[in-house]
Amino acid sequence: MNTRATIRLLPDGRRLHLSDGPIDLIIGADGASKEARHAYQAAAHRFVTILDELCDELPLLRARATLDSPRLKGHIARRMSDAVSVYGERCFITPMAAVAGAVSEAVLVAMIEAAQLDRAYVNNGGDIALHLSPGQSYAIGMIERPEHPSLFGKFEISASVPVRGIATSGWRGRSFSLGIADAVTVLARNAAAADAAATIIANSVNLPDHPAIRRVPACEISPDSDLLDLPVTRAVGPLCTQEIFQALQTGATVAQGLQAKGWIHSAALYLQGRVLLVEPSPQLAGVELCAAIAEEANDGLARSQRNAHA
Amino acid sequence: MSDVFPKDTVRCDACPVLCYIKLGQTGACDRYGNVAGQLVRLDPHIVLDRAKSQGTPLVPFLEREGEWDGSLMKSKEMFVTAIGAGTTYPDYKPAPFIVSSEVEGVDMVTVVTEGIFSYCGVKLKIDTDRHVGPERNMVRAKGEPIGHVTTAEYGSQMLSLGGVHHLTGGSKSEGRVTCETLLDLCNGKEVALTIDEGASLTVAAGRPPIVNGQREERMRVGCGSATIGMFAKQWFGKVDEVVVVDDHITGVLSEHQAGKMLGVRETGISLQGRRSTPGRYFQVAQPGTGWGGTNLSDPLAILKPFKAKAAWPHLRLLMVSTTGEHFAYYELDESLRPIERDLPEPLRESVERIRENCEPALTTVLFMAGAGGSLRAGATENPVKLTDSVKRSLTRVTAGGAPTYVWPGGGITFMVDVSRMPEKAFGYVPTPALVAPIEFTLKKSEYAALGGHMEFVRTLDEVMREKQRQRQLTSLPENPWPLKPTPKSEEEA
Repeated sequence: MNTRATIRLLPDGRRLHLSDGPIDLIIGADGASKEARHAYQAAAHRFVTILDELCDELPLLRARATLDSPRLKGHIARRMSDAVSVYGERCFITPMAAVAGAVSEAVLVAMIEAAQLDRAYVNNGGDIALHLSPGQSYAIGMIERPEHPSLFGKFEISASVPVRGIATSGWRGRSFSLGIADAVTVLARNAAAADAAATIIANSVNLPDHPAIRRVPACEISPDSDLLDLPVTRAVGPLCTQEIFQALQTGATVAQGLQAKGWIHSAALYLQGRVLLVEPSPQLAGVELCAAIAEEANDGLARSQRNAHA
Repeated sequence: MSDVFPKDTVRCDACPVLCYIKLGQTGACDRYGNVAGQLVRLDPHIVLDRAKSQGTPLVPFLEREGEWDGSLMKSKEMFVTAIGAGTTYPDYKPAPFIVSSEVEGVDMVTVVTEGIFSYCGVKLKIDTDRHVGPERNMVRAKGEPIGHVTTAEYGSQMLSLGGVHHLTGGSKSEGRVTCETLLDLCNGKEVALTIDEGASLTVAAGRPPIVNGQREERMRVGCGSATIGMFAKQWFGKVDEVVVVDDHITGVLSEHQAGKMLGVRETGISLQGRRSTPGRYFQVAQPGTGWGGTNLSDPLAILKPFKAKAAWPHLRLLMVSTTGEHFAYYELDESLRPIERDLPEPLRESVERIRENCEPALTTVLFMAGAGGSLRAGATENPVKLTDSVKRSLTRVTAGGAPTYVWPGGGITFMVDVSRMPEKAFGYVPTPALVAPIEFTLKKSEYAALGGHMEFVRTLDEVMREKQRQRQLTSLPENPWPLKPTPKSEEEA
């Protein structure tokens, strides 16, 4: 039995806080009180084994994703690997880029398999998996960095929008970034996909060789980093407006590319007080496509919902 | 693999990720870091905000929401705790925070540090009358010896856990498990313990203990004899005989001194067990989870037949346990056999009164530790002067803002109720030793006089401006405000 994990309700008496090693989840569930309780129990039950499952395959999860990457065993490990595999050919990425989103998703799936909920979220340090039953919605606020909780954007996700995952990446976050974005927030069909895409987009918000940016090989800070000796951003000095938009535009171009492939819904890129939005494309807003995407891509969630109704 | 990395890299073993952490960096969780080659927990630095008014139902230590308006700082009363402050260990260097502030017109200084304690342990008070194990027997966690059963106290069993011998004097695994168990107990987590030739316990600070799988809800009001003493007057005239069933001492009203004083008539009752003094019986049954901590499910089993000389038909008999959880009312028939009847209303009140007077059973955890050399050197160049100032109550010792009791005699050995401290106030280092917050608060003039590191004193405002890693919590209303000016020294008086 895992004795490291913390399982508790937050002082508000409503939200559940689960923490184990580097994993830290804040969970909310709305529905009948009995159902919410069941969901929390299921979340805690699923949660306690996650860190050990992941650590079992840690070396592979930290290795670059390639076409001939060995097959992973754990369900979450596979979701991570699936989420990053589409990028593996073009750039350096490891399954760890999707770890937070994949964990959120796994816990959310456990909750909605166990209980009938109106809506629920699992927030893993900003990488969020959502469940919305018809007619429900969530209001989401975006902040630039955790110690500066001022909103730079707000949006609403309703059940009819094909978004069930939100992720944020940036050099100020807990994970390393190759880029200079303070924050890139991505909306996608599921949390693992959002997580991987946010990493890719944040990496591409960049000004190569700019003197105001201090970069350090990842392994010099963290000897076992999955990013090996790649230069990760440690400090970004003041940039002029033109430079800021140049960097944001590079990232936005990448984001538009991902959007065109249908891998993300939309994105917000933030750097030194400036924001660029990659709005949802008109095709993606189409209802037919929404349904198709929800069916095909949201596999875990869709399956569990069917089970819940069965 | 470790030889690949520089010597000052540490491997964190707090979770299976097993991060390698370089000097000055943190692990994947951001909660553990490498400070001067030591693995140290790096939780946010806790700053207390004085509860607005005592008695306001504040949620203790609720994290404040929203952005911090630095300009408001001056008008607020703030206390910088040692939780997450960092430490002086192993070097003899000034404490990480020496904070000055003006309180009620007096300049006060608080020396703030996280102490690393290998001389430390916890005293556990477990509210139960159940036998948990013989005095002096080992208490184990995960099979490792981590402490022992000590002297039983009123309504409670006491365990003494940890201490330097278990932490560093035994096997590596004994030290690790002791440290882990102390840490969990101090941070309010549930811990499973077993006692040699005794019970298995599940305990957590401030929660009801679970003894052999049975949750203790209430402490008994007293032993059976004490209960007779407390309630004799309320029973007099409403019932002819009362037996208060208890595993330790079972009381009988008509024979008890309290009954005699009231003139309760002899009833011809006779009990199993060993009579100690009139109206007080030992060992009426075996210990168990039935009536009053005995193995009884039918209380009549402890009664011998009523003596015909003294007893009379229709004699009214109440049997009740020391927690009021169990009760039964009987009347003797013509052949002096007790027949169970409904409890009359006036007696019901007395049973409820017993129940009402049973306080909730809890496990309480006192952390006890001695502040050693490097810690005191962080406060002053002449450590003994700090000890002396603490002894003379000129320096107040708090732990995470909670009040402490400092033992008389040498050194600064203190005790603190962990339930009065902010959550997750404790950490550990793999030495193994516990990391606990400790703050010394005294007048600035007194601090200068005892050779304090005056050149490192910073104002509260300066400290508060370093927002990074800081977390504001509201102080517990029941704790005295740690920054109240300390008494005048003799020179001033």
